[in-house]
Amino acid sequence: MIELDRAGRSFKVKRSVVHAVQNLSFTVSAGEFVGYLGPNGAGKSTTIKMLCGILTPTSGTVRVAGLDPSRRRTTLARRIGVVFGQRTTLWWDLPLRDSFELIRHLYRIDRAAFAARLDELTGTLDLGAFLRTPVRQLSLGQRMRGDLAAALLHAPDVLVLDEPTIGLDVVSKASIRDFLLRVNAERGTTVLLTTHDLGDIERLCRRVMLIDHGRLAFDGTLDDLMATAPEQSSIEEVVTRLYTGSAS
Amino acid sequence: MRCGAPGPRRIIASFPSADPCAGPGTVRDRALTPWRCKTFPLYARLVRYGFRKHATYVRGALAGAFTNSVFGILRAYTLIAVWQARPGLAGYDITDAITFCFVTQAFIGPMQLFGGGLTIPERIRSGDIALDLVRPASLQLWTLAEDVGRAAYLFLVRGIPPMLLGALLFGISVPTRPGQWAAFLTGFALAVIVSFGWRYLVALSVCWLLDDRGVTVLSMVLSTFFSGMMVPLHLFPGWFGDLVMVLPWAAMVQLPTDLYLGTAAVADTLAVQALWAAVLLGLGALGTRAIRHKVVIQGG
Ligand SMILES: Nc1ncnc2c1ncn2[C@@H]1O[C@H](COP(=O)(O)OP(=O)(O)OP(=O)(O)O)[C@@H](O)[C@H]1O
Ligand SMILES: [Mg+2]
Repeated sequence: MIELDRAGRSFKVKRSVVHAVQNLSFTVSAGEFVGYLGPNGAGKSTTIKMLCGILTPTSGTVRVAGLDPSRRRTTLARRIGVVFGQRTTLWWDLPLRDSFELIRHLYRIDRAAFAARLDELTGTLDLGAFLRTPVRQLSLGQRMRGDLAAALLHAPDVLVLDEPTIGLDVVSKASIRDFLLRVNAERGTTVLLTTHDLGDIERLCRRVMLIDHGRLAFDGTLDDLMATAPEQSSIEEVVTRLYTGSAS
Repeated sequence: MRCGAPGPRRIIASFPSADPCAGPGTVRDRALTPWRCKTFPLYARLVRYGFRKHATYVRGALAGAFTNSVFGILRAYTLIAVWQARPGLAGYDITDAITFCFVTQAFIGPMQLFGGGLTIPERIRSGDIALDLVRPASLQLWTLAEDVGRAAYLFLVRGIPPMLLGALLFGISVPTRPGQWAAFLTGFALAVIVSFGWRYLVALSVCWLLDDRGVTVLSMVLSTFFSGMMVPLHLFPGWFGDLVMVLPWAAMVQLPTDLYLGTAAVADTLAVQALWAAVLLGLGALGTRAIRHKVVIQGG
């Protein structure tokens, strides 16, 4: 579903060049739930931007659902859902419901399917209480649930999430995690999740990829990941070892 | 939180299950292709939303209407003094001059003559433009639709008050023939598009110039002075006068005002406006393609 082959992306900053992602190769099959970890500045968001076609790789190739994201951006848009935790796709000044209505037209979702999906998303994400509230008046957690619903209304095959649980309280976090698990288990939606919350990883991801300085540093199951450190280590300790390079 | 509580099978019902085999060229992909002809409802809705979005800032609009009206009165007194000294100047009689004054004041809001009205520059700077570029729709058409909604709202709230005030205090002329109204309204609509086309280009320039203040000020000077906002462009003599009349800024204010006054050749005027609308939208389309490659998506 997602294939990267020696993909790289560099940025020219003044006269130097920053390699945000280099020589990155991995494959995610349909239906997988993959955690994408890495310290700040590792290149996670850059990878995600390449996956949805916003950034063109400067080397190598990227394919999502069989398409080259930067060339077939609009076709791909119908098959991928993206949530950037720090940003919103919702219309700031309009009620949540109106943003959804726009998305219906944007993706040309037929009325009946839209109504049914919105109903379900409203139920599972508990949006009912604020569907008619302008987005600028929503709390962060409410807005995030709105954004998740917005990313799923067109029933994408791939869901890419960049820190969707950032700044959420434990209850909201738990509900979003439950929701993601269900979307993955019941629909078979492929999910790639970036987060700094290791609880998300423990609870959700069977497979974990870890990148550092733009390179893949680990790719394996959660158990494999835990096995890189002495027994009884917590996931925080395991990841700290990998981030600081003390595991070798 | 109800999440997770209701029966676990509810999601399946309305979502098609993910189909890893549906790639480009499959039936599923083709079924989505003829979307262009069906995009009208989307843009019509965006126009409405642009209108409603601005309607949430009523107070700002009313303050604008107040300022435009007060400045209209000041300008009117100046123009009256000038036209009493030099009757028939610029081919206008004194009523024409007063009408010109209030019509152009009414255009400030909808034509956004002092610049701005688009959120693109701040979205480019914050990196939110990334999300706009992911949408399967044209950024330019999308923005245009919202801007048309904005213009419609500001026409009502900031355009009509100065006109009414001018009519009450000084008496302004009003088109009498339906044809003249039709010409004016068409010219007004084209002027909104020309104004959008220009502001869109100015907004995109942020991509290349990290600091857009210079361009913004330049654009403001051009679109207040060369549009006819300050003085009727007919005052300019010789080749300079002829030139400014065919520049895009004239198409925003002077030309639709002349259509209102009934002093312009309708077909020629509309043709100049339509031409500029097409040229600016065309350049905007090229610019949109360029930023897709150029825009460096800022921020994590
Ligand atoms: N537009 C840009 N211009 C220049 N450098 C950039 C740009 N975007 C990202 N970078 C650089 O690329 C590297 C990777 O950034 P990226 O945003 O992908 O990190 P990240 O893994 O998402 O980090 P975080 O966990 O902090 O979100 C960083 O060193 C960053 O400085
Ligand atoms: Mg990031």
